[in-house]
Amino acid sequence: MAAIFQGIGAATALSPTPSNFFDSKKLLLPSRRSLSGRKASFVVVRSDGSTNFGSGSRSQKAQKLITNAVATKPDSAASTSASKPGHELLLFEALREGLEEEMDRDPNVCVMGEDVGHYGGSYKVTRGLATKYGDLRVLDTPIAENSFTGMGIGAAMTGLRPIVEGMNMGFLLLAFNQISNNCGMLHYTSGGQFKIPIVIRGPGGVGRQLGAEHSQRLESYFQSIPGIQMVACSTPYNAKGLMKAAIRSDNPVILFEHVLLYNLKERIPDEEYICNLEEAEMVRPGEHVTILTYSRMRYHVMQAAKTLVNKGYDPEVIDIRSLKPFDLHTIGNSIKKTHRVLIVEECMRTGGIGASLTAAITENFHDYLDAPIVCLSSQDVPTPYAGTLEEWTVVQPAQIVTAVEQLCQ
Amino acid sequence: MATAYSPTNFVNPLSINTRSHDKPLFDPLKTTTSFLGSTHKLRPTSLQFNQPDTHRRSAVVAVSDVVKEKKVKSSSNLLITKEEGLELYEDMILGRAFEDMCAQMYYRGKMFGFVHLYNGQEAVSTGFIRLLKKEDSVVSTYRDHVHALSKGVPAREVMSELFGRTTGCCRGQGGSMHMFSKEHNLLGGFAFIGEGIPVATGAAFSSKYRREVLKEADCDHVTLAFFGDGTCNNGQFFECLNMAALWKLPIVFVVENNLWAIGMSHLRATSDPQIYKKGPAFGMPGVHVDGMDVLKVREVAQEAIGRARRGEGPTLVECETYRFRGHSLADPDELRDPDEKARYAARDPITALKKHLIESKLASEAELKAIEKKIEEVVEDAVEFADASPHPARSQLLENVFADPKGFGIGPDGRYRCEDPKFTEGTAHV
Repeated sequence: MAAIFQGIGAATALSPTPSNFFDSKKLLLPSRRSLSGRKASFVVVRSDGSTNFGSGSRSQKAQKLITNAVATKPDSAASTSASKPGHELLLFEALREGLEEEMDRDPNVCVMGEDVGHYGGSYKVTRGLATKYGDLRVLDTPIAENSFTGMGIGAAMTGLRPIVEGMNMGFLLLAFNQISNNCGMLHYTSGGQFKIPIVIRGPGGVGRQLGAEHSQRLESYFQSIPGIQMVACSTPYNAKGLMKAAIRSDNPVILFEHVLLYNLKERIPDEEYICNLEEAEMVRPGEHVTILTYSRMRYHVMQAAKTLVNKGYDPEVIDIRSLKPFDLHTIGNSIKKTHRVLIVEECMRTGGIGASLTAAITENFHDYLDAPIVCLSSQDVPTPYAGTLEEWTVVQPAQIVTAVEQLCQ
Repeated sequence: MATAYSPTNFVNPLSINTRSHDKPLFDPLKTTTSFLGSTHKLRPTSLQFNQPDTHRRSAVVAVSDVVKEKKVKSSSNLLITKEEGLELYEDMILGRAFEDMCAQMYYRGKMFGFVHLYNGQEAVSTGFIRLLKKEDSVVSTYRDHVHALSKGVPAREVMSELFGRTTGCCRGQGGSMHMFSKEHNLLGGFAFIGEGIPVATGAAFSSKYRREVLKEADCDHVTLAFFGDGTCNNGQFFECLNMAALWKLPIVFVVENNLWAIGMSHLRATSDPQIYKKGPAFGMPGVHVDGMDVLKVREVAQEAIGRARRGEGPTLVECETYRFRGHSLADPDELRDPDEKARYAARDPITALKKHLIESKLASEAELKAIEKKIEEVVEDAVEFADASPHPARSQLLENVFADPKGFGIGPDGRYRCEDPKFTEGTAHV
């Protein structure tokens, strides 16, 4: 819960609108359950999605943070003209739009989780949906992760297509049994009789000084569960497309969102589209080295890529997006071209996505490699609270630059 | 005989759903009189068991006004027709004979793993499940063979599953503790304690959703969640009681309190062993019933299922029963007191029903014998069928991991997106 205002705080930096703290018509969010005694006691979310955070010092922090996270999105940041096709929105709004379109399309699609209804979701992904669809389709559950996740599975077995929100991805550790045994295995143990078309989603990753428990990357824990698919979104465009694809999939899908990316802004098409759940996204084609990344680290990589380009390197950046199964088609083609692989992830060093990816690449494309795979991961520590320590926990752009330089020697 | 079944002791829970303030029925003193598992004795011994009358009279400790009024008007629910009596008898005999055969087959090396037998608890499965419609759902535990049979899954399919054959109800992929049947709405055997209860709650949520969101007015499907006394100390039990009562879901929580969680006595594990009392704490009726008496179970089940079907919300039913065998076939069952076992053996629910049917002239000895003979053949046939069925082929291994094979990295054209031989070999061949 303490994590909630973090992402919204980050919006300040992105928001093009000037401060406008009090506006009674806008949604006012008192931090009633704020644990940390923050100075920021209110947040104003404007109907257009821009947000203002009620604390000067926090805003500065957010500013600093967001330059880190999204410094390299020149294409979307500059888009101001209304004449361009498509519409501009923030990532959390893109998720919401995808959700709403699917709920309009199929009455069996429903949402359940903590504070998804009246409160609108801890990161506002379900804002307004309860008003539109009613309390049963957008179900506020008690704080009982294992049970409401199991309930989602039971509902999925009997014909619904529930989206279960983990208020914070870390909370889903409390639902691990349901996710593993019933989500992952039940289709198999039932001999294929029952499908579990469920989507489990929520904010994860290392935020900004949220402490160890709210900064977890559960993909490493979930990846070995048989029978589930995992995707990580990183832009408003793919957030919406992946959300829609996940809802339509007959497989149980875990959709990873990142607390620091909710307020990314991008222009997305007006017409309907969905993304392929199993496909990686080519972010920047290049020749010298393949950099595989996903979620927030995509932006650290792109920041590093700028420096690298200035230094004369031509890196190919791929957002793998599908964490299970890996898109070895796209990844393999890239490796066959560059013969060098750098993996940059926020996941844990031991047993993380990078480790699995390394294994998969070694197994399948070893003959094409000119150098050992380099994998930059988070340190194997509980994410510290202190800002400096936290920064050293996750991979920073400078490390990426150094790694590429070494790899391409 | 009929009077012996009539329940006499009622407790109105802190009645949130029912509103008759003029009739103060709540009498906490009465709830404590007859419960087998007295907190004062770890091994409830002679005193209570030597007084079958006392026990019988107060076997049903209940429930809401709804239940009470009905019962006061007539005890006709306990009366059954001949057809009903024979159906119950047949179902219970099937459960017993099937499980006995499982033990044989296990010791003969035809089935493996953990096999939990239901002997002794048949009155609960039969008493509840035979009242259901096909569309109603059942969620079971690891002790699930008999629930499956009562719900209508053919003995052949259950036995084949236990033999690990392709003709099993889950193609040999589930096993003893994971029986499923979509056709019969058996939503599963769940092997971990408590994990089936949320799934059952979800199925009940679906019923409500279909009725209220999808406007399927005729959707009155009920879900039964079966679990044991050990589960009642697990969080998912409490969490789901709360959610089910909160949203008035059409579900019945059926506790099969057989007094033992493997080797942990219910009384050593539970601060207040009267599980049914936890219903009123969540605003739903809690009922205690003699789980060794199929007619009493059936009576309570009728009321609880009816409540759920009418949209009046969930009920918690505690059936006090006993398993005649060890926890599983791997359990030497050395811990439980032989006297305790003998006492319950004397209350065998099948013997009791047989006695009742004959004494009340609902059936003749010969008719019951004929049923036993028929069931014997059904079980024999199930074994023959299972034994003759094929073992799964290697190609089956990777089927059913994903409902949509894209989960393996297989594209819309049915081919791997990555055609590298290293990737495709040894992974999925769907």
